[in-house]
Amino acid sequence: MAQMNMIEAIRSAHDVVMDRDPSVVVIGEDVGYFGGVFRCTDGLQRKYGEHRVIDAPIAEGGIIGAAIGMGVNGLRPVAEIQFADYIYPGFDQIVSELARLRYRSCGEFFSPVTIRTPCGGGIRGGQTHSQSPEGIFTHVSGIKVVMPSNPYDAKGLLISSIESDDPVVFFEPKRIYNGPFDGDPEKPAVSWSSHPKGEVPEGYYTVPLGEAEIARPGDELTIVTYGTLVHVAIAAAELTGVDAEVIDVRSMSPLDVTTLAESVRRTGRCLIAHEATRFSGYGAELAATLQKECFYHLEAPIGRVAGWDTPYPHAFEWQYFPGQQRMAAGIRRVMEAE
Amino acid sequence: MAKESRLYIPRPTARPGDEPDFSYLELSPAGALDKPGTDAKVRDMEHLAAGLVRVLDDDDGATGPWNPNLDPADLQVGLRWMLLNRVFDERMWQIQRQGRISFYMEALGEEAVSIGQAMALRHGDMCFPSYRNQGLFMYRGVKLVDMMCQCLSNTRDMCQGRQLPIMYHTKSGNVFSVSGNLGTQYPHAVGWAMASAIKGEDHVAASWIGDGSTAEADFHHALTFAAVYQAPVILNVVNNQWAISTFQGTAGGERRPFAARGLGLGIPGIRVDGNDLLAIYSATLWAADRARRGGGPTLIEHVTYRGGAHSTSDDPSKYRPKDEWHDFPLGDPIERLKNHLIREGHWSEKKHTALTEELKAEVLAAWKQAQSYGTMTEGPWLDPATMFDDVYADPPTRLESQRRRMLEIQNMRFNGGES
Repeated sequence: MAQMNMIEAIRSAHDVVMDRDPSVVVIGEDVGYFGGVFRCTDGLQRKYGEHRVIDAPIAEGGIIGAAIGMGVNGLRPVAEIQFADYIYPGFDQIVSELARLRYRSCGEFFSPVTIRTPCGGGIRGGQTHSQSPEGIFTHVSGIKVVMPSNPYDAKGLLISSIESDDPVVFFEPKRIYNGPFDGDPEKPAVSWSSHPKGEVPEGYYTVPLGEAEIARPGDELTIVTYGTLVHVAIAAAELTGVDAEVIDVRSMSPLDVTTLAESVRRTGRCLIAHEATRFSGYGAELAATLQKECFYHLEAPIGRVAGWDTPYPHAFEWQYFPGQQRMAAGIRRVMEAE
Repeated sequence: MAKESRLYIPRPTARPGDEPDFSYLELSPAGALDKPGTDAKVRDMEHLAAGLVRVLDDDDGATGPWNPNLDPADLQVGLRWMLLNRVFDERMWQIQRQGRISFYMEALGEEAVSIGQAMALRHGDMCFPSYRNQGLFMYRGVKLVDMMCQCLSNTRDMCQGRQLPIMYHTKSGNVFSVSGNLGTQYPHAVGWAMASAIKGEDHVAASWIGDGSTAEADFHHALTFAAVYQAPVILNVVNNQWAISTFQGTAGGERRPFAARGLGLGIPGIRVDGNDLLAIYSATLWAADRARRGGGPTLIEHVTYRGGAHSTSDDPSKYRPKDEWHDFPLGDPIERLKNHLIREGHWSEKKHTALTEELKAEVLAAWKQAQSYGTMTEGPWLDPATMFDDVYADPPTRLESQRRRMLEIQNMRFNGGES
């Protein structure tokens, strides 16, 4: 077993799949010669050639549109959108074309594109390099939406995504590329090398889409979250002394309702947390689903901790980011309510 | 006090009640433009984007270097398919007017584009059509009855009731699914062509877009990617002068032809008489040969005229002169090919009338057959439970539970408060 950070795990996923399947191609801005601004595709062009790891013009709509056409012609494209904040020029191609092609042609045409994109804040990126738009995409029928919280899952989920015949939007929380982040920016950075999920097999394995994971077992409260906030939630549980069960959703669509609902029925209390803005966010879907599934087991209203409903402000990043204090306050609110 | 606006607003030369005025169209005589080799440099053929490639002249002859010298039998085939396209459209338009389908779009006056290009392409070449390319589907082997059943959303509908009428697809015929969002197919064609090149194959892709939709970002993305990777693709702009009510100037066609849109990227542009099947065939064959031998993309502008309304939901008498088409200097593609064949002694009015009747009978027979699979008012009906199929290859459980819920509710009978 090797030690990998999330960047290395993502790179390894590409390498493993490209080695197994010659139809896998990578296209995106700076992904080729340079290996990506976050280095996730570093070395792939040298190994697999310029015809399989393609530097693209700066046109996200063109990258996704062309990837769709490649997929229709038998390739299995992995398109990198450099920041999730840049995905909007490709939005129509994702929503109207990629997501619906199989449906509208009754299965005659489909395009197995995986769109990888770094998301989330905590890196002083301001409002154009910090967004978490996953809820915009979970709202679209026909695509799958995934966000790993650690290197092991990142590799296994990415391999599953690339191999899926359904299109996948794969969000990579860039704040935890190099190490887990518990939400306290004052602490020195931690690397993945001391984390059990930084142990990553070098070869092929998958983490199936549609399966949540219990990241921290507990009995008093269920925190349902994903991405960077998985680590914040675990830290906040320690901080408050509440024996919270932290569930990493991992795959937002399809959603593992069973694992979530089983936990909430057991603890009777639920806090939902995401970095994205709250109003109409993915947490609303989780809350609606869990209150329906677990209504008679709930001892308190389901709580939500999320980014404020503002753009991501550059100078006030740590007031915006739902860190340990916000998470702890959310935990107390749900614990105290009767 | 408010100042007077200084903004330039493009206006068409004629609106309802005005005399049609096509003086803005720059025409070249048939045979006037040279035909460069497919290895010519783009800078040596920029004039092709400004001129007009024409083969059929005003006296119904065929002339010049772009004359493909097709056999009379091939020309008769082209005429037959164009006529079938028109006869089919006429019938479907009537059927919509009778309320038996919800919507229709005809290709009146533009039939030569789909048919001429389909004739020039090979079967392995992939077509990414717009919504007025029904001729491609016909030529590539989709049966009339299947096209009608699609428009009826009936039990034989290839789209199983999921798409508006005319949004056909055929995997076996290599014609992509029509979207309904404008211009989105353009980058798909480029990506498909890139994949063809990556796989070392010599298939080319072709796509079609209207003059209006060239304003979409997808058009420009496609041109950029096609140029950057020298993708083997033929990008067609069907300039039929009108995008619903806005004329081609509203899409930016007033000062430079659409064929010139690619020149800045080094993509050769050919402006073609879009009502001249021979010119279209020839330009397409040239572009396909060039793409196949690694020469990269070509942009072809087809100068034509939308003879009918945009769709059955549109009334063009509200925004353009009623008889404008009759003044269109490039005429009617079917009449022109017919007259050429007659002049050459390979066709006659009598044969033409007989063929028209034969095709009408073929279309009518297809319509009778199509109705047997269900209409909007009479069964058999599609099973609504199928609407949950094909959303995913690997569907999430929520779709299955929603399917069950829909069926439960469908089977429920609420009876005035009693439970």
